Amino acid sequence: MDEISCEVRFGRYGGRFVPETLVQPLVELAEAFERLRADPEFSGELSKLMRDFAGRPTPLYRAENLSRAIGRDVYLKREDLLHGGAHKINNTLGQGLLAKYMKKKRLIAETGAGQHGVATAIVGALLGFETEIYMGEVDIERQRMNVYRMELLGARVIPVRSGSRTLKDAINEALRDWAASYESTHYLLGTVAGPHPYPSIVREFQRVIGDETKSQILAEEKRLPDSIVACVGGGSNAMGIFTPFIEDDVRLIAVEAGGRGQGMGTHSAEHGASLAFGDPGVLHGAMTKILQDPYGQILESYSIAAGLDYPGVGPELAHLVETGRVETATAGDKTAIMGFKALSKLEGIIPALESAHAVGYAIEHPEMLGELSVINISGRGDKDLHTVIAYESV
Amino acid sequence: MNLSEVFRRCKPLIVYICAGDPSPDETVEIAERIVRAGADVLELGLPHSDPIADGPVIQAASQRAIAAGMNTDLYFDIASRIDGVPKVFMGYYNMVYRRGLDRFASDCKASGICGMIVPDLPVEESRPLREAASRHGIDLINMIAPNTPDKRILEIISLSSGFVYLVARSGVTGASADLQESTRHLIERVPPVIPRAVGFGVSRPEHAAELVRAGADGVIVGSACVDLIGRSELDQLEDLIRRMKRAMTEVSVKSAASIRQS
Ligand SMILES: Cc1ncc(COP(=O)(O)O)c(C=O)c1O
Repeated sequence: MDEISCEVRFGRYGGRFVPETLVQPLVELAEAFERLRADPEFSGELSKLMRDFAGRPTPLYRAENLSRAIGRDVYLKREDLLHGGAHKINNTLGQGLLAKYMKKKRLIAETGAGQHGVATAIVGALLGFETEIYMGEVDIERQRMNVYRMELLGARVIPVRSGSRTLKDAINEALRDWAASYESTHYLLGTVAGPHPYPSIVREFQRVIGDETKSQILAEEKRLPDSIVACVGGGSNAMGIFTPFIEDDVRLIAVEAGGRGQGMGTHSAEHGASLAFGDPGVLHGAMTKILQDPYGQILESYSIAAGLDYPGVGPELAHLVETGRVETATAGDKTAIMGFKALSKLEGIIPALESAHAVGYAIEHPEMLGELSVINISGRGDKDLHTVIAYESV
Repeated sequence: MNLSEVFRRCKPLIVYICAGDPSPDETVEIAERIVRAGADVLELGLPHSDPIADGPVIQAASQRAIAAGMNTDLYFDIASRIDGVPKVFMGYYNMVYRRGLDRFASDCKASGICGMIVPDLPVEESRPLREAASRHGIDLINMIAPNTPDKRILEIISLSSGFVYLVARSGVTGASADLQESTRHLIERVPPVIPRAVGFGVSRPEHAAELVRAGADGVIVGSACVDLIGRSELDQLEDLIRRMKRAMTEVSVKSAASIRQS
């Protein structure tokens, strides 16, 4: 791994906009990460867990039926087959092990849909941490099943009643907890957002998706794909698969939640598309693109996919979009539902509603894909059946 | 009066309130009562949707204020209507950044604000705002926490004007029952080359007195006052401020007397 991967800033984005109390814990985390990623014992232990516990490598599957339907060669990167059902485990195993080497006793995390909370709870159980998950009250109502899963795995779910009582408030609450508990506690942030060094740490633990994809596609096709499509909430599965291809001649397409439309109201937006419609600003410790009102109050976002329902985005993605390296696109609820059903029927794979945004986009825009494309299937869709049933019934 | 003058004259009691709580109309009157009760500096908060350095009391106040229609334009309007006390802005960086750093500093100046506290702006990120603030003669007040290493304390001090804000304990704002040993230690670790005001968790007259005794040059009280405002107990608010100020003055007078005796 190269040395500059733990950068503080990505162009005008990134940085560490946090209360003074959090500066020192973040400095210590960055130092530990730099030290441990070069430590063969740490890497060895992580690789073993990734293989034996999480189920890596995941297949790169040539989706014949989908390819025929849209007239392009399409491969699917099957992160949905990982333990826990999503790419989130790549990051929670990495950071969990980091926390263990840093001799922390307790993990805290935020969760929206509950996917990252579940992935953290799994690692908490595996590595013997006391685990507490902050979750907005609204999300707890929407995601009962995942709340039960986390509790079953031995984690405590703490309801967040402040602000909009969703993911962004859960992150606020986790940061507040950490400011008082950092000596014993690691804050296991779930995406490539937040203050330095989180965007770099999470990207490095997720880039295994892209590293595998690269060698798999070269083995199969003897060439790189023309495009890679990934959905974006905070951006961790997208940065994970994009990172090894940044220097290559491959179109990188980041699909955000188009939700119900382009509207932005007084306190909320109808979408989760911070890259496409946001403005520069500071949220959760980083300068990035955010959904905000004219005075700088953060708006609530919206998406049918809870994992894409976030008013910010990772700072490195904001930078890569600004330089033109990554292209943005949006897919609304309707497109996602179409993608969800199409992949289920065509390939026998039920994708997460988040991933279904990437699938739906690819189906609607085959002209953007080139001849050969890879879609990142970041997770599986079992968790979303009740949401889709509810959507169908209105 | 600028902040250096304030600290030259006395050990100020600095009182935080959230502008717009419970409503923009009531803030000026609340501020006047606070000044009447003896506050030396008013720290006027601009409410933010995502106040990561604040505990439940100030979070709730921020939400009430935003729901009551508070915004940055109204903030400066309110600030310019509060007289007779040096005023300091307190608010999160995105609110400042969104308005434009220079415009924000200029609006501060125009409404009689002499300092800015931005709790999510550590020194390494603060240069652009520091430059804008200094163009308009406004002090950007930096914070120092119990876990700030000594070397960093010196760096922070070298980039500070007005005063430095010593965070009494880890975690977020909010009242607490007593002061920690680490607070006393922090005051000792920060060289007295610039006034050092201590805040976070200060809620009783005894705390204020203890901090002055421990060497603090000023005391900041927030959540305890905001809590009373939230419960519409404005007489008690005045009473608390009066008792805090008295407790601080008694310590100062006693220590001055003991210096004269020795
Ligand atoms: C399956 C799945 N995909 C994607 C996301 C979005 O997150 P990110 O953009 O960090 O990959 C989530 C978040 O919960 C998720 O569960």
